[in-house]
Amino acid sequence: MTHAVEIRELHKYFGDNEVLKGIDFTVELGQVVCVIGPSGSGKSTLLRCVNVLETPTKGRVFVNGVELTHPDADIDAARRHVGMVFQQFNLFPHLTALQNVMIAQQRVLNRSKKEAEIVARENLAKVGVGDKCDEYPGKLSGGQQQRVAIARALAMNPDLMLFDEPTSALDPELVGDVLAVMRKLAEEGMTMLVVTHEMGFAREVADRVVFMDGGVIVEEGTPTEVIGDPKQERTRSFLRRVLHPEG
Amino acid sequence: MDGRRARHDPDADLLIMTTTPTTAEPAKSGLSPRQRRRVSLAIQYAVFVLVLIAVILLADWPKIFENFLNGKVAAGMFPTLFTVALKNTLIFTVAGYVIGFALGLVLALMRLSSVVPYRVVALVYIEIFRGLPALIIFLLLGFGLPIAFPGFKLPGDVYGTVALALGLVAAAYMAESFRAGIQAVPKGQMEAARSLGMKPGRAMLSIILPQAIRIVIPPLTNELILLFKDSSLVFTLGVTAATTELTKFGSDTTIDQANSTPLIVAGATYLLITIPLGFVVRRLEARQGRKR
Repeated sequence: MTHAVEIRELHKYFGDNEVLKGIDFTVELGQVVCVIGPSGSGKSTLLRCVNVLETPTKGRVFVNGVELTHPDADIDAARRHVGMVFQQFNLFPHLTALQNVMIAQQRVLNRSKKEAEIVARENLAKVGVGDKCDEYPGKLSGGQQQRVAIARALAMNPDLMLFDEPTSALDPELVGDVLAVMRKLAEEGMTMLVVTHEMGFAREVADRVVFMDGGVIVEEGTPTEVIGDPKQERTRSFLRRVLHPEG
Repeated sequence: MDGRRARHDPDADLLIMTTTPTTAEPAKSGLSPRQRRRVSLAIQYAVFVLVLIAVILLADWPKIFENFLNGKVAAGMFPTLFTVALKNTLIFTVAGYVIGFALGLVLALMRLSSVVPYRVVALVYIEIFRGLPALIIFLLLGFGLPIAFPGFKLPGDVYGTVALALGLVAAAYMAESFRAGIQAVPKGQMEAARSLGMKPGRAMLSIILPQAIRIVIPPLTNELILLFKDSSLVFTLGVTAATTELTKFGSDTTIDQANSTPLIVAGATYLLITIPLGFVVRRLEARQGRKR
């Protein structure tokens, strides 16, 4: 059986700085995997290697059995099946919410304008911003923007969704709306790889939690194991700091 | 000053304080800093008024009006001023702008290309054409090329030559504007487009350029103003009555009528276009400033 994501011996250098020091892990179809860890631990870089926004220095990345690190890989084709949601939303500011969700459908999947619009409206409604179709991103709150960004990725019918700290740039009162959408996606069986600091979300939604520190995977397992009863001291001290910041 | 108001005016309170003998720094001249400022201001106004009076009294007004603001001579310039001269100036400007815009965009993309020879060619082009006087380009195209290749003619004759010369120069400046605009679009935009499966060219066309061009509208409008004025260089190419433009028309009529009014009228016609355009540029810049 092919894995949704398979990563073998992944190394990534920025100049002389080794950010990922040999990562091995897999995500199975329909699983939700949360990657947690302190900032600078390499978790975002790992996520960005999955759709090759960062080119791995060494090692192999497979998505649905297709090797993206192969020199002849059609990365653009592979990315069509991998949705990505960014910390800073990265909506296209010159397009309305509806156009944001339509443009890649039209330009990449060659869907007709009519079809793209139907799919876009469906997905915008699904994430709860169906009434914001004609607004430009600048007029939307952070939470609304992030949900439009999720709809934009979903409209491409991805097999896998990557979330790169999707709630870190949001005002606290807007985090819940975005997490609710992600929870719904997980319930529908979407395969998800989520870099997050939301321990509550990881605990309740994730099938597996991966704790990274210093460019390596320190510990991984079910949320009950990793968050509830961590084996490694590094995991324990991280969780202490995150869950009880006042000490 | 109204005594009742002074009580509520902190400035006036200050004035009262500083003029009292207990002031901290007794000025040598016996004037407080505030009084000195007033005297200085009064002197500046006085100088202005004196110069104004001198100019009014000493200038030979009848002669100035006769030679520079002669209504009869000015009236004789119509309607040719608009139907031929301004029209041609606008044609030269717009044609040059279109060429400059297209070539500038290509140069900007070459400048940002990962193919080194493209980058080098674009860089060399931009440096050369920004460094040369526009007049040299006009002369090279108008006289240099025909001398080198007898019988050679650019399509559109004078129009083609002027449009190309203006376009070649404008392209260098516009390329730098476009490049700055493209680089001002956040990196995340390209990443988002690529993550949706867009190829680099498609992402540039659909996502990056529309944003970049919006960013550079003010400098590009400025370039339009510069081109509008530079189009006057066409006079070096020897235009005919049919292809004359504002400057040439003004200078020809000035010589013809032995009166300087036509140059003033031609100049005013430039301002008719450049001042509103400049106003538009400032509005656009202010609007962008607010958005940030």
